[in-house]
Parts: sequence; structure tokens; C-alpha cells
Amino acid sequence: MDTKKILFTGVGGQGTLLASRLLGEAAMAAGMDVRVSEVHGMAQRGGVVESTVMLGGLKSPIISKGEADILVSFEPLETIRALDRCSRGSVIVTNTVPIIPITVKLGQAEYPDVDYWIDFMKKSYRRVCALDADELAKTAGTSKAVNVVLLGVLIGLNEVPVTREMVEETIKKQVKPRFVEANLKAFELGLEKAEC
Amino acid sequence: MHPLLSKDTGQKRLLLGNEAIVRGAIEAGAAVAAAYPGTPSSEIANNLFFISLQGDWPLYFEFSTNEKVAMEVAASAAAAGVRSLTCMKHVGMNVASDVLMTLAYVGVKAGMVIVTADDPSMHSSQNEQDNRIYARFANLPMLEPTSPQEAKDMTIQAFDLSESLELPVIVRTTTRTSHVRGPVELGPLPEEVRQKGIFQKDPRRWVPVPAVARMRHRVLLEQMEKARGLAEGSRFNSMSGKGKTGIVASGVSVCYVEDAIRELGVEDRVTFLKLGFTYPFPVSILKDFIQKVDEILVVEELEPFQEDEIKIICKDMGQDRPVFGKATGHFSRMYEFDPLMVKKAIAQVTGCDLNLPQMPDLSSLPPLPMRPPSLCQGCPHRETYNAVKEALKELGLEENAIYPTDIGCYTLGLLPPIQMADYLLCMGSSVGSSAGFSVATDHKIVSFIGDSTFFHSGLSSLASAYHNEHRFCLVILDNSTTAMTGHQPNPGIEIRPPGYDRPRIPIEDAVRGLGIKNVHKINPYRKKEAVALFKEVLAKDELSVVIAEAPCILYYRKFGGKK
Repeated sequence: MDTKKILFTGVGGQGTLLASRLLGEAAMAAGMDVRVSEVHGMAQRGGVVESTVMLGGLKSPIISKGEADILVSFEPLETIRALDRCSRGSVIVTNTVPIIPITVKLGQAEYPDVDYWIDFMKKSYRRVCALDADELAKTAGTSKAVNVVLLGVLIGLNEVPVTREMVEETIKKQVKPRFVEANLKAFELGLEKAEC
Repeated sequence: MHPLLSKDTGQKRLLLGNEAIVRGAIEAGAAVAAAYPGTPSSEIANNLFFISLQGDWPLYFEFSTNEKVAMEVAASAAAAGVRSLTCMKHVGMNVASDVLMTLAYVGVKAGMVIVTADDPSMHSSQNEQDNRIYARFANLPMLEPTSPQEAKDMTIQAFDLSESLELPVIVRTTTRTSHVRGPVELGPLPEEVRQKGIFQKDPRRWVPVPAVARMRHRVLLEQMEKARGLAEGSRFNSMSGKGKTGIVASGVSVCYVEDAIRELGVEDRVTFLKLGFTYPFPVSILKDFIQKVDEILVVEELEPFQEDEIKIICKDMGQDRPVFGKATGHFSRMYEFDPLMVKKAIAQVTGCDLNLPQMPDLSSLPPLPMRPPSLCQGCPHRETYNAVKEALKELGLEENAIYPTDIGCYTLGLLPPIQMADYLLCMGSSVGSSAGFSVATDHKIVSFIGDSTFFHSGLSSLASAYHNEHRFCLVILDNSTTAMTGHQPNPGIEIRPPGYDRPRIPIEDAVRGLGIKNVHKINPYRKKEAVALFKEVLAKDELSVVIAEAPCILYYRKFGGKK
């Protein structure tokens, strides 16, 4: 099997860790060797939260500059921040809904022009899928399911050797029972949006 | 039942390195564990805590008030013949080091494992000290896992080693081995766990007065020679490949090296020595390795621990081999590594091409806004900081005020718009440093410490400050939990996880018990009263303690109302 280096990035509280874990669990259930790295501690207090899923027998827990095969980002500023981890051959899945950082609120910095940079990505990288994942999560019944929407998009792109069924089984096993239905719905909405 | 108690032997679970250590301890029959939380070690203690709280597995666990106490709890249990574990972040080992250094002399009877979780790059820490040096300093065996599976296997092995050598054994992880998930095969749970032992009195062993300590130091050195033999035969130390470039690594660096060898396709050019049982140095293995290669690249984060040793061994052997590493600038002594960094060094040493990925030109990227971590919206600490600031402003003292701070969420008071954190060293330093500032300056001193940190190492410093008549205002931010590390209990907490019924020590009682009378309590959300109280207290030039009592909002959501 080919190796895949998948980088998840977002803001503390968005559920990046759950998304990477679900992908990791699904891959393991399918018999693949997998490593998932997580960020705990201080960064979770509203800072940038990154995680990785490494498939195909890779051992390293983190991804260097230019080496991500796939970037799944929960927030557009964080997508832009992580561009230096991508190469021309990378696939990018990104949410388009900004979470304004405190530094911007205090007027110390300027939030980048999201449309401009998504356009740049579409011209510069192999595949780019940009969507309003917050809206889809709300449609599914829980605004917290942004992570599963984006996971759905990733699976729908057929870029990783993990099938829809594997992830659905994992959601049923890993997610708290009362959230399973909304998460499955969110996952499905993501799958349907996987076009780029 | 707690998921880490699963009886599905032979099945795989996607476990964090830290969870794998817990599973290893359970499979090895550990019956006593004690810890003080700290990233990146916290999930070890948290899982042990919840396993013990559920009560369906024979495990005693406690959150001790600090790492020193935790290590003493584990040490004496092991002296009495009960397998024990303590875990801490790297700087926690400093607190416990007084125990560690002499524990190495007296040793243990049952297996005892000390987990130290280091934090290269300081993701959640105030320094990036390399705790491998503690293994050499205290002279104790050390194992370093590279994956969750190894974290479990090594924990089990560490208990056996510890018992056979009668010495505690250190398992050293880093952030990237503690916080990585990987498949871990579950082993069988023990049929029986020894929960009670008998302490065999033997003052010539357990009471290290000088005459005894002199004898025990000799025993320690003898035992560590035996340990060296075991390291040399350990399955965790292995050599692969027959190439002329030697590479040595341990811990997470092994992952980077293995991926780099694969991606560069240099399998036939290198001989890779992977070290897992890293101290005492397996000298025979290293000698054999040195003989086989023409040059050596040492891949290790932080200090040149193995690099220096390899140079010494080369010298002893009369072998002149180039050793590449920190001294040659191939790697830095700062920060954690990443895969590309290691790949570059291996490409350079083996003289192969490094095919860098084609990246779009990002030079037009504007400076991106930072996203510093911050206190939660509605966090009571914000209110307390604002009340202090307001009071000082009204008194005209704001310009002259300094704010020694401490370790916890509230350290984030450093950032704008609060900016009320001026000096910090370690757990509890708010109190001791305020004492120094009060004699050496005329600043108005307001210092901040959390409830858990206060019990960790604020109490004895406050006794000292009162006795020595220092003048400052200590604000104890009592949010009824150890918030930053994931809401662990401490002796002062009022809101409790269900089932947690250990006696409470109200902080006010503790402070008054030291003899301090100038003690006040505020509710930080009652702004007017809080400001008025701070004004009254800060107008005077004397030691005062203000306890700002309001639960962490995240913790309250979890357990509030379930007292």
C-alpha cells in the first residue's frame, strides 16, 4: 500500500482530534497500520490544534514542510497557515467559515482574504475542495459535526484507502449513542459534497 | 468497565502512548499508583484515576499533592512488595528528584516504574530539559518506547526488570510518543494482583544513614552492571542493515530514521542501531556497531546523550570514526525533530539525493494572525485579574505593581489584554519569588497561584513568607480543580467527580492554620465587592491572602451539581 500523510488542522474545540481518531480507527479496523498524533494541553485553550493520520506503515507522528499528501482544515486561516506543509501534488479539503482570532479582534493583525487564497489554492494544488462545513453540520442537526462533515468530504474524494462503510461503522462504535444519527447524517452530507 | 480493562486478549486497540502505558501497568499487575498531573503525562494518571474510581479492578490510585509525594507513595508500596507506578512530566521529576536520588540507593522489592514524559519544543512547558540525564544522574535503568505497542511492552518489561534488579526503572517518553495513537495488541490481564505486601524491616537497607548509604551506593553500582548485561541482551536493542554508514536513534527519532531510510531508499547503505533499553549504555552492542561502520550519525532530540557516550567508546576502542550529530551541527540541541530534518541529515551523510517536494511559491503570503491560547470566555480568572487591575488603578498603584505568577491556565494572564504575569519559574514560584521581590524592591507585589499549585508547592513557601514577614498580596485562584491538565482533583476541591469522596481541605483553613490572619475570600463575579476588597487589602503594605473562589466553567459543566 502507498503511504499517505494526512494533516488535520483547526482551532481548539472544533473536534479535529475526533476526526483524526475516527479515520485512524476506521483504518485500523480495516487492518491497516496507522499512526495518529494529537496535540493536548495548552494549545487546546483556543489555540491551533493539529493532528495527523499516517497510513501505509509510516512511523513518524508529524508532517514536515511540503510533505502532507492531504490537508483537512477546519478553518480557512488555519488552511492558509498550513499551506507550507503542502506540495503541488497535495489535496486540500477546507472549511470556508472563519473563526476570528483574538489578535484580529484586538486590531493587532489582519485576517487574510479567504476568497483570494482559496482561488490561489485552486490554481496551485492538485485538488482543492472548499465548502461551508458549518452550514452542512447544522443541516445534519448539530453544529458540532463540522469535523465529521469534513471527514465525509475526505472519504468521498477517494484519496485514502478507507471506505465509507468503514467510517460509518467506526462512527457507530466511537461516537456517543445520542450523537450517532446526526454524525452519520453529517458524514453523508460531506460525502455528497466531495466534488472538485 | 473502563476500556483499558478489556479482556479481549489478542485484539488490537488504537491507543495513545500514554494509554498503552496504563494497559501495560494493568497487565503487569501494578496495584498502587500515584501522580501529579502534567502535560504530556496527564492521560496516564487520568486513566489510572478513573480505573480506580470505578472500583472494579484492584488498583489504588491517588493524585498526590506533588510529584515528590507521589514518588514516595509508589516507592514505599514497592518496598513492601506491591508493584507500583508513578508518572510525571519532565519538570515534575525535578520536584521528585530528592526522592529519586536516594531511592536508587535503597531500591525496591516489587517492581516500580517511574514514567517521565519530556516535552521537546515546549508545547506545554517552561523548559525542555532532557530527563535521560536523570537516568545517568540517579544511576537507574531506562527504557524509551518508539510506539504505543512498545510503550505497553516496555512498561511490562520495566516491572520485571525492576523486580529482578530491585531498582526502580525509568520509562521515558516525549510528547510525540505519549500523544501518538497506534494499534496495540491487548495481552492477558493478570489472574491475581498483589494488593497488600509486608514491609520487611531492615534498617541497614531502608534507612540510609551514612554508614548504610555507603554500602548501598556500592550495591547500586553492582546492580547497574547487571542491568548493563540485561540491556545488552534486550530485545528492545536491535541492529539492522549492513551498510557502512551507522545510524543510532531511540524514542521518536527511531520513527523519523525508519521513514527516512525507506523514503530515501538507502537500506543497503546504512546500519541502523535502534536503542530501546537506553541506560545503562549497552557498551558491547555499541562496540560491535562501531566496528561495523565507517561513520556514525546519532539522531537524538535535545542533549548529546548517546553522541558523547559513543565518542567515549570510540576513544576507548582506539577507533577513530567520524561521529555526526550535535557537535557537527547536523542537529540542534534545541526543540523536537521532524521527519524532513532527519531525512536531510541522512541524505547528507550517505551522499544520496534528497528529492524535495515541489511547493507553490508562498512568498506573497501576508503575515498571518497568531492564535495564542487564551482564557475561556467566562473564565473566573479573567474577572479576578480585572478586579485587581481596577483596584490598583483606583489606588494609583498600577504603574508600580508587579505580578509574580504561577503554573496553570491563569499563566495565560500573560497575554493582552490582561498582561498581569511578570515572573515565573516553576510550580509554586509565585510565593517564593514574591518574598524576594518584597525585600529587594519597593514594588507593589500581587502574585497569583491556582488551588492545585498552592497544594503542590505553595503551602510551605507561604509559611516561609509569613514567618519572614514578607509583604505582598497572594491571590489564590481557587477554581476547584486542576484545570489546565484536564480537571484532576486536589485536596481543596468542592465540586467532585461522582464517587470521589476523599476529605476536603478548604484553602482558607489551610492558610489560617499557618497563622496568617489577613485572609479574605471573594467571588470574582461580584465585581464591585471584589474591587472594594482588593482596594482595602492593597492599600496596606503587609502580607495578605485573597482566595478568589469560583469553579472552572468547563469543570462545572462536567461535574457541577453532582457534589
